[in-house]
Amino acid sequence: MLNSSLTQMGAALHAKRISSIELTQLYLNRITELNPALNAYITTNAEFSLAQARRADQLLANGKAQSLTGIPIAQKDIFCAKSWRTTCGSKMLENFIAPYDAHVIEQFNNAGAVNLGKTNMDEFAMGSSNETSFFGPVKNPWDNHAVPGGSSGGSACAVAARLCAAATGTDTGGSIRQPAALCGISGIKPTYGTVSRYGMIAFASSLDQAGPMARNAEDLALMLNVMTGFDERDSTSLQRDKEDYARDLNKPLAGLRIGLPKEFFAEGLAQDVAGCVNLAITEYQKLGASIVDITLPNSRLAVPVYYVLAPAEASSNLSRYDGVRYGYRAPEYSDLTEMYERSRAQGFGAEVKRRIMIGTYVLSHGYYDAYYLQAQKIRRLIAQDFTEAFQNCDVIMGPTSPSTAFNLGEKGDDPVQMYLSDIYTIAVNLAGLPGMSIPCGFGSNGLPIGLQIIGNYFDEARMLNAAHQYQLVTDNHQRAPNNIGL
Amino acid sequence: MQWEIIIGLEVHTQLSTNSKIFSGASTTYGAEPNTQADAVSIALPGVLPVLNKGAVERAIKFGLAIGANIASRSVFARKNYFYPDLPKGYQISQFDLPVVGQGELTIQVEPLSGNGKPYEKVVRVTRAHLEEDAGKSLHEDFRGMTGIDLNRAGTPLLEIVSEPDMRSAAEAVAYAKTLHSLVRWIGICDGNMQEGSFRCDVNVSVRRPGAPLGTRREIKNLNSFKFMQQAIDYEVQWQIDTLENGGKIQQATVLFDPEKGTTHAMRSKEEAHDYRYFPDPDLLPLDITPSMLAQARDTLPELPQAKRERYVTELGLTPYDASILTSSREMAEFFEAALAEAPDQRKICANWLIGDVSAQLNRDGLDIAQCPITPKQLGGMLKRISDGTISNAGAKEVFRVMWSESGEADAIIDAKGLRQVSDTGAIEKIVDEIIANNPTQVADYRGGKDKLFGFFVGLAMKASKGKANPAQLNEVLKRKLDNNK
Repeated sequence: MLNSSLTQMGAALHAKRISSIELTQLYLNRITELNPALNAYITTNAEFSLAQARRADQLLANGKAQSLTGIPIAQKDIFCAKSWRTTCGSKMLENFIAPYDAHVIEQFNNAGAVNLGKTNMDEFAMGSSNETSFFGPVKNPWDNHAVPGGSSGGSACAVAARLCAAATGTDTGGSIRQPAALCGISGIKPTYGTVSRYGMIAFASSLDQAGPMARNAEDLALMLNVMTGFDERDSTSLQRDKEDYARDLNKPLAGLRIGLPKEFFAEGLAQDVAGCVNLAITEYQKLGASIVDITLPNSRLAVPVYYVLAPAEASSNLSRYDGVRYGYRAPEYSDLTEMYERSRAQGFGAEVKRRIMIGTYVLSHGYYDAYYLQAQKIRRLIAQDFTEAFQNCDVIMGPTSPSTAFNLGEKGDDPVQMYLSDIYTIAVNLAGLPGMSIPCGFGSNGLPIGLQIIGNYFDEARMLNAAHQYQLVTDNHQRAPNNIGL
Repeated sequence: MQWEIIIGLEVHTQLSTNSKIFSGASTTYGAEPNTQADAVSIALPGVLPVLNKGAVERAIKFGLAIGANIASRSVFARKNYFYPDLPKGYQISQFDLPVVGQGELTIQVEPLSGNGKPYEKVVRVTRAHLEEDAGKSLHEDFRGMTGIDLNRAGTPLLEIVSEPDMRSAAEAVAYAKTLHSLVRWIGICDGNMQEGSFRCDVNVSVRRPGAPLGTRREIKNLNSFKFMQQAIDYEVQWQIDTLENGGKIQQATVLFDPEKGTTHAMRSKEEAHDYRYFPDPDLLPLDITPSMLAQARDTLPELPQAKRERYVTELGLTPYDASILTSSREMAEFFEAALAEAPDQRKICANWLIGDVSAQLNRDGLDIAQCPITPKQLGGMLKRISDGTISNAGAKEVFRVMWSESGEADAIIDAKGLRQVSDTGAIEKIVDEIIANNPTQVADYRGGKDKLFGFFVGLAMKASKGKANPAQLNEVLKRKLDNNK
């Protein structure tokens, strides 16, 4: 059951081969057993999850089940869920219990899914290794000395270690795709505006986008079907007809034009990663796809542009954590200013503070034009590069991350090295495009490697089709780490 | 040497929407603290703003009313600063691209002192932009702590910024009053100054005529016209004294203390915030379509300026009367409804409203909307003045009864026997008797003492118990007295 796809799990639930209660309990037991070592979950609430499972079993018994009814899903701890502690990986929100459900949580509740728990993450989603979490780093289930990637590292780990059927993540600069790659699972960040941000704690509003993380593309499609949809509570939510993301999964790939940006295969890319990605491209050619060489000339500026814009927005988004109304407040202070300073100094971790300072700086009088405005201009050029590239290809492929998972603590002293871990993913967020990562092999150290697939706006169904067809002829996505009790 | 006073205003008008500018929470004034603070108002993690279309419609109406350019695309920006009653740590406002661009407002200035004559002036409005209000910090009753009430947080405001076009406290007050009347006139703000629906920040500087602009100080949060005038008077004198004593003015934000009648600095330029404005990524640019403009235009009432001009050109009223009758929409509507009952009595109708009605309202501390007499009642009385049924004195009595006891004019006239005598025979008889009984005065009058005419009118009125039609009485008296002149 643990290796089944969501479709197979759904079928088993429908056929009463297993109940949602049993399935949920199975995962809860695994979490009890494995989470102390992996630290994938920040919060579980067995009573709550089992109550949802019980309701799901009733829906199943009454023939009112939908595709994900009764299936235990892990939620990144960035989504507010009513009566659940929602920490966003921060001491600041260590004891914050959300009084309302995020749109994403509502959608899963409406689908009858079971909320299995809240997964660990980099503090306020700022990080690429999960080491910035106040609740301690998540371990990579393939190697407990390695990082799982971030910021959705807890979700990636939980999916890879079979501690949930599937999970949600959010992706501001690669936070779904990079941990998916490093943990050997599949993840997709849809087009900006596709999944409502309501109730999803903001990091950088113009870049944040939620998406699913699962073991294969087919599961991602089912998850997306639940997560997406217009929500009037998010002004950037797009008003589009509901679509079935699984509709094209089985289309043949003959004629698919794959763009390979030369900038993604240049210096800085580890050889084993390049090798696996090239092998995957060869596999696609066997499936009938053709290769187009493309260029994204401004993508080299994506990391610096991102590290102006994302901190700028974050510095403002995180101003609400001031110790006044909720969240952490320093125990001792003599006046208002000291209350602010101490609450924020003690409540935020180093990486969050670093980004707040960068963001405050680039928005300051006298620097705004040189940094913020300039970065916005380049952001448009980066988006334009993609628009031009998509004139000649249907999807773009390349590595998700330049290397396999690095070791815990390895990049702790060098934030720029850490930031470069997202060098291939960030441009996609700046352009608002959909991007995904699927497992495409293993590096010399035996750790997973991800293939990134970038689509044009609203082309998720085609990307999932491409991913699914690859997964039909390969087994990288089916491999599981050792030592997870399977 | 003379000083020239330079004044510009920033006015925060609270828009009269039922819900907040970025959430569905109620904007009703006076609720228990924090009972109107929803998840957006208290800025819980993950909540997002959704723009209230009603606030946009009201901003458009204002722009149209001052003949301003309405931006087809404007942008919401975040103004970042920390304050306990600012829940998000930033205020959503508009910065580079406001919804309303440059427009103008014509004001009628009545000099506050001296023998100056009223005059008209055009004040340029620089811009008007939409923004959200902050909450309130309550410093009393919390044993050394501060209470936060977020009911007001997120209330929609239109901040209206003028050019520094005003040259006296009188002009500043006239501008504020005209603006106050206009926003109520077009129904975008209730204008309640006690509740903070209309708050003025006044920028004041002085200079020698012809010199470059002096350094300004901003008087914050004035919520009455009287305080505004006092604050400006004090501030101007303070600045002049400072400069004349060789001092320098430092740019500063100041507060007015109504009890002392003085201003004092709150913070100086050095402490000024860097607000780090940037476009709010949670909100799309505000696009205003031609159809939104057309809809706003269709629902806009005739504006005071247009009405004022029409009263002068079409109704033949004086500019002064016209401007008083258009001082509020309620007043103009009262006037027009009363006039509809007696369409030829324009001047008399105007006189009654500006005179007796206003005076009585003043005495009773009421405004025109609370007038105990309906326009129809007043019009019914005017009709009877017009057709000669009652004299002016009779009308005063009718008015008194209407005000204190109610009733229609005709019923009061009958009940009180106020119908005036218009029977020529009866009046001639009275006049004949007076001429017969006062031979000396008649002789004097006929001998050239014209002033005695009033004496005869008085006697005749008295004889008729005040009911003689004055016009007829005059005519008969004149004819009979002058006959043998």
